[in-house]
Amino acid sequence: MTTATDQTRVIDGVRAEQWMRMYRRMVMIREFEEQVNELYTRALMPGLAHLYIGEEAVAVGICEALRQTDYITSTHRGHGHCLAKGASPDRMFAELLGKEAGYCRGKGGSMHIADPATGNLGANAIVGGSAGIATGAALASKRLGKDDVTVCFFGEGALGQGVLYEVMNLAALWKLPVIYVCENNLYNEYTHYSETTAGDILARGKAFGVPAENVDGQDVRAVYAVAQRLVDRARKGEGPAFMVCNTYRYTGHHVGDINREYYRSKQEEQEWKTKRDAIQNFAAWMTGQKFTEAAKLGEIQKEVRAEMKAAVEFAIGAPYPSPEEADQDVYA
Amino acid sequence: MPEAAERELTFAQAIREALAEEMRRDSRVCIFGEDVAEAGTPFKVLSGLVEEFGRERVLDTPISEAGFTGMGVGAAMTGLRPVVDIMFGDFLTLTMDQLVNQAAKVHYMSGGTWKVPMVLRTTLGAARRSAAQHSQSLHAWVSHVPGLKVAMPSTPRDAKGLLKTAIRDENPVVFFEDKMMYKLKGPVPMGEYTIPFGVADVRREGEDITIVATSSMVQVALGAAEMLEKIGVSAEVIDPRTTWPLDEKTLVESAKKTSRAMVVDEGYGRYGVTGEIASVIAEGAFYSLEAPVKRMGAMHVPIPFSPPLEDMTVPTEQRVFEAARTLCGKA
Repeated sequence: MTTATDQTRVIDGVRAEQWMRMYRRMVMIREFEEQVNELYTRALMPGLAHLYIGEEAVAVGICEALRQTDYITSTHRGHGHCLAKGASPDRMFAELLGKEAGYCRGKGGSMHIADPATGNLGANAIVGGSAGIATGAALASKRLGKDDVTVCFFGEGALGQGVLYEVMNLAALWKLPVIYVCENNLYNEYTHYSETTAGDILARGKAFGVPAENVDGQDVRAVYAVAQRLVDRARKGEGPAFMVCNTYRYTGHHVGDINREYYRSKQEEQEWKTKRDAIQNFAAWMTGQKFTEAAKLGEIQKEVRAEMKAAVEFAIGAPYPSPEEADQDVYA
Repeated sequence: MPEAAERELTFAQAIREALAEEMRRDSRVCIFGEDVAEAGTPFKVLSGLVEEFGRERVLDTPISEAGFTGMGVGAAMTGLRPVVDIMFGDFLTLTMDQLVNQAAKVHYMSGGTWKVPMVLRTTLGAARRSAAQHSQSLHAWVSHVPGLKVAMPSTPRDAKGLLKTAIRDENPVVFFEDKMMYKLKGPVPMGEYTIPFGVADVRREGEDITIVATSSMVQVALGAAEMLEKIGVSAEVIDPRTTWPLDEKTLVESAKKTSRAMVVDEGYGRYGVTGEIASVIAEGAFYSLEAPVKRMGAMHVPIPFSPPLEDMTVPTEQRVFEAARTLCGKA
């Protein structure tokens, strides 16, 4: 007999447990980023970080459509992508603090998390800088007869970089299994994208004959549905796709960008946070479908927060690399 | 005369043979660039490769140097061994982010977890009357960057042996070929061989002065050494073959022996390869030197088109001879 909260129940073609996993991942990203902000505020983190809060549905919806062997490339605002692809928070925090236990032994930091085990080709601090790498990985998969797909995440700021169009052209010509995911969070750093971006964004993909779709980046179900379709298509050898996920960056360009009123209003921020929050809206849908309850979701949040705190403690207690490591790993 | 186990090949043939052998040995090796397939590049260096290996492995790209170099990085990280062809060294400028910020840093930034076994082949050298955007020698730019290796052969034998080493290296290698040298002939061993990086070649032994020369300038230095011989100056000519890794020991030991040194390179002298090698020698052989180390590079101007102007900009046998003679106090 099935109960209301049976986790094998299928809703919209997806089992309840899978929706729950997506919810947990989104909460994990938010809690992770809250801890990052805390580390910055307490002056425990060297340098800066670019938070993904508000955009969680994009990374989670897309990575849910991927396999472990599929590749991603990420950005300076990349913690969400890495976690959604399966990175473990303790080694992520360790990297952010420059510790030896970090994914890059402390050599990369917040903007360069990379992890072969989860197919993460690396976060990139050059805007649009990973477009070539992602497309090259797709070329390798095709040439080596694998059916892996590569997702290239970038922000709408990267639409200003020419290399993106060079490789989109090539991916279309060679029918490469790569999905270009533009996260339009409205701001190129401190400038509204409408001041930097002419014409129709989707048309930029369509011009190369690349299927292009807009999706509400605050709706994880919509992101997942489109991603699944485009990823399956690429996996079957039908070529690249371009996805524009419309989303919003709740916090500043980086953790130190506190006073933002010269480029956007508090009212605008408030509207996104209260009306279009991806986690709240997903939670409301899930409880409405009655395969979970608010209390259960509250428990998940508590658990995840405790996990993140433990991961932070691990990272704080972890040793730095020995200074002699500075000139190691320059060459393989 | 070549030994029995050798035969004469041009520089271009030696490059092609290295690529063909490596592509036969390892199916992951592939080539991409502009007009690399049926056209075999404007210099015809790659003629015949697409016929043997097919368009799956010899890929003509659009004129998108940044894009396909970036793809080389990604493909190298995920299982291929791409040889990226950048037709003219001047176009390296278009690949700089991919080379400097991506290829060179992937291994280090990832804490040693990802590797980029990619070769970027390109050209250097003036004297083709091609003007300022098809004549530069920009190898100093990439030699400056940690994470890259830089090879610049001066003979067909070295071209083949070094290119095979480059393709087998686990790191990004920038490989410079002098356009003027493609038709140069020289002995190349029949059998399998490679030449390790970071090992200089003493091309001519001498007692009075060390002339360190790279790529296109090795022939110039050897010519100058002949002229010096006639006035009783014995010059040692050394080709480092790779600017990184650099065989500092051989350069320093030679300068200690001869007590005078000069460095000739077709890149710009200012902040260039000549300056770096001169300082290696000055630091390592200072107390053995009878004179300051002399540098000679390209004139610090954009390469001009008009023949009498262009010819002024590049070191010649005569100028190397004169400078060496002065250095030896024979002026």
